[in-house]
Amino acid sequence: MFSNILIYFVVIPIVMLGLLAICKNVKQVRAVAVIGSSALVGLSIYLLCDYLQLRAADPVSPMFYVQSWQWFPDLNIHLAVGVDGVSVAMLILTGFIVFAGSFASWKIDQPKEFFLWLILLSTGVYGFFISIDLFTMFMFYEVALIPMYLLIGLWGTGRKEYSAMKLTLMLMGGSAFLMLGLIGIYYHSAADPANLTWNLLEIVNNDAIPHGWQSFLFPMTFVGFGVLGAMFPFHTWSPDGHACAPTAVSMLHAGVLMKLGGYGCFRVAIYCMPWAANELAWIFLILTGISVVYGAFSACVQTDLKYINAYSSVSHCGMVLFAILMLNTTAMTGAIMQMLSHGLMTALFFALIGMIYGRTHTRDITKMGGLMRIMPFLGVGYVIAGFASLGLPGLSGFVSEMTIFVGSFEHQDTFHRVFTIVACASIVITAVYILRVVGKLLFGPVQDQHHLQLTDATWFERLSTVTLIVCVAAIGCFPNFFVELIKNTFSPAIFAAIGLN
Amino acid sequence: MDYSQFLAMKQEIGLLVLFLVVFIYDIFMPARAAKALPGVTAAGLLILTVAGFFPCLLGCPSDEAISVFGGMYVNSPIITAIKGILNIGVFIVLIQSIKWANSEGMAMRRGEFYDLLLVTLFGMYLMISARHFLLFVIGLESASLPLAAMVALDKSRYESREAAIKYMMTAIFSSAVFMMGLSFVYGLTGSLFFNDIYFTLALGEGVNALLILAMILVIGGIGFKLSLVPFHLWTADVYQGAPTSVTSYLSVISKGAAAFAFMVILAQAFGCIYEQVWEWMLYAIIILTITIGNLFAIRQRNMKRFLAFSSISQAGYIMLGIIADNVMGSAAMMYYIFVYIFSNLAAFGVAQAVENQSGKISIDDYRGMSKSNPALAFCMMLAMFSLAGIPPFAGFFSKFFIFTAAINQGSIEIYVLVLIALINTIISLFYYLLVVKSMYITPGEPVVARFKSAWSERLGLIITVGGIIALGICSCVYNWLLSTAAQSEFLSIFTRSI
Repeated sequence: MFSNILIYFVVIPIVMLGLLAICKNVKQVRAVAVIGSSALVGLSIYLLCDYLQLRAADPVSPMFYVQSWQWFPDLNIHLAVGVDGVSVAMLILTGFIVFAGSFASWKIDQPKEFFLWLILLSTGVYGFFISIDLFTMFMFYEVALIPMYLLIGLWGTGRKEYSAMKLTLMLMGGSAFLMLGLIGIYYHSAADPANLTWNLLEIVNNDAIPHGWQSFLFPMTFVGFGVLGAMFPFHTWSPDGHACAPTAVSMLHAGVLMKLGGYGCFRVAIYCMPWAANELAWIFLILTGISVVYGAFSACVQTDLKYINAYSSVSHCGMVLFAILMLNTTAMTGAIMQMLSHGLMTALFFALIGMIYGRTHTRDITKMGGLMRIMPFLGVGYVIAGFASLGLPGLSGFVSEMTIFVGSFEHQDTFHRVFTIVACASIVITAVYILRVVGKLLFGPVQDQHHLQLTDATWFERLSTVTLIVCVAAIGCFPNFFVELIKNTFSPAIFAAIGLN
Repeated sequence: MDYSQFLAMKQEIGLLVLFLVVFIYDIFMPARAAKALPGVTAAGLLILTVAGFFPCLLGCPSDEAISVFGGMYVNSPIITAIKGILNIGVFIVLIQSIKWANSEGMAMRRGEFYDLLLVTLFGMYLMISARHFLLFVIGLESASLPLAAMVALDKSRYESREAAIKYMMTAIFSSAVFMMGLSFVYGLTGSLFFNDIYFTLALGEGVNALLILAMILVIGGIGFKLSLVPFHLWTADVYQGAPTSVTSYLSVISKGAAAFAFMVILAQAFGCIYEQVWEWMLYAIIILTITIGNLFAIRQRNMKRFLAFSSISQAGYIMLGIIADNVMGSAAMMYYIFVYIFSNLAAFGVAQAVENQSGKISIDDYRGMSKSNPALAFCMMLAMFSLAGIPPFAGFFSKFFIFTAAINQGSIEIYVLVLIALINTIISLFYYLLVVKSMYITPGEPVVARFKSAWSERLGLIITVGGIIALGICSCVYNWLLSTAAQSEFLSIFTRSI
């Protein structure tokens, strides 16, 4: 079991949990968090190199490191793992964000409990990305959701009790639909009732789900994951939840957890039920199109920095689902790029907001101004994050959004084109709210004389910020590397195999 | 008469021996040794439990059904398994009750608690093993009436007496209803043997109004015992009034045994009229039970009332295993009962420790417990997560398997039913999280000061929390139950019912 490299993405967090449980003081807690998250980053980079070598040798297999261990034999439940380029990209993203998040919560109260829940959350996320068995996938998915309740409820700010409850119940509500969808998929996964399976690769190979059932199970699964992907009208947990969460939790949640939704949508809903995806995509295109535009407009009128960013996340994550539903190679590649890009960029945003809030004790942009002169490092970081968000070439946002819109425009019919144009409009709106904040917050007149005494970022804050900025710039400057990494998942051959296009 | 037939009833006989030992110990031991009584009972039951899991120790073939007394009594691997599960639960209840039983007020009544408890357990054994309705009724009565006395044990408290009267009334009434139904069944089929009823109904000319009425009465009678909606009205008051040890016994052991016996009756006696008669009745009962149990639980502030409504809705989930009407369903149901025993007893264990120490029983009094008593708060949180079905705790697995088993039945209606049940899990998550919120998040000074719980309470919590964590991740438990169910007589029943 332990010869497979993937299993260590779950083993390391579990070992960290054990070590955290016996930690005596804050220094030990920090040491465990930093060493553990560095080990995970290292592991994911090693996996990347190894994966690229394997892929160069074998361009055909859908996944590598595939292995499964029997768990509940009578129900055919396995602990099955396997990754392709998309999962590798997601694992790297998670690694960097957990790493940056550990530094962003350097001075948190009750560090031991905080890191216990945070690492439990990341265990769920890692487990989700490496699993290819629907049961274990779902289990890890729920493991990742429940720590949010305590993380927001205990360490949050503002209306934290309300937000924590709302977030947990809405996400769990999504997973109720998801559970029904997954059990339904299981019972139709093979033509012969003796061969029913939870294994994704086998389900895709069998392609046995009858069309009638697909049109029932696809909405269940898509909505189940879509709730986490902030799809309209199930996005309302997101602004409240993000605004009340502590910095590292906002980073991890917007950066990684919301990606579980998008990833699940294409890996489970679309791969297993391509027919229904083709037939029913229009319904969800309308919903996600609304997410994209509505999220952006909502961000324009907010004055709380975290709300602005949370609505911007709704808009950008809506874009991910929007692109996935276009069901062609270019747009789906763009969707994955957007997941990476948004994950890093929004984590950077939330980290900076947390740092600014830690100094000024307000997140209201009308009460702050001229921060560029007072804390230039944080100011420059914020500007870079903003540019990435509105799609400045050279940063990650440009690459991903460009790919998405090119891919979406490949569709010839009016319906898709109209929605693409509408979604394109969100870029302009994004520019409006980003530049409004930058102008007011960083360059406007100083609103509060006390702010003049504030200090710039400390070393651990700089480390956290620089890590994320480097990643954002890396995607922007070397997009081809990432496209190469994930293109195999979306190659036309695979699309033909699952019956799309 | 062939007296060797009694050898098939080894578990019942063992229980009777233990009862006599406890009874004689209680009467003849000097007062200074009386405090060892709970320990003696627990140790005896532990021996019975272990012996039950190794049938070879008792020298009987383990893998086939033994039917004695002309088919009135059956013992088979699946029955041994469910009895073993109940034994484990009773063992935990006994351990958790030690502090309460040795308290001042209980000095004169300690023996009664243990005697009566063993008698009711004996009755439940009979309910599970009976294949003839007369024997079943004897079991049902001896499992019900002593419980009324147990509910009244706290006789200095007004609520306890009131609860005992309520329990007594409903128990008698439900027995009357049940027997009315039985008399109709007897009139229709001419027999009280489960198998004879099954075949007469299968060969008969079909369903008539009297049969439907009879089924309503039978299901209603057992529904009282299981506190299914709309037969649940006694539950909250009795749970609140009874001593906490008795409440936990009522809510897990009594309920688990009745649920299993219910499945046996429906499958073995009425299996052939599944589609025509009782499937839709169960649909209605399950939807009502889960939904009403959940909605009423939201507003409860008393921990025991809260757990009462929570256990009502849990009974609804258990019923999903019956409506699945297949082997996987019976295995999933037994697994659910097993997990439910551990989760609910963990919650009751914490409630009992807090109540014994401070007399506080309201959820509001749990405020700040994460700071004053972090270990207790942590156990309570795990229990709540497990009851709500959050992975990686056992409750998640039991819920998932029971839903999977139910959907295996295949009809569209069952998807709708499972969807309703799933939406209800979200409601239940809400009120379970309210308890967690009260302990962890609500600001303010702790109400219950820091205290050191008794060793027995800690031991009980260690066992239950260990079970909550291990039962799901270790697949062997579920696999064992599934293989037991598959080789039992249920397979023939379920394949027989078309």
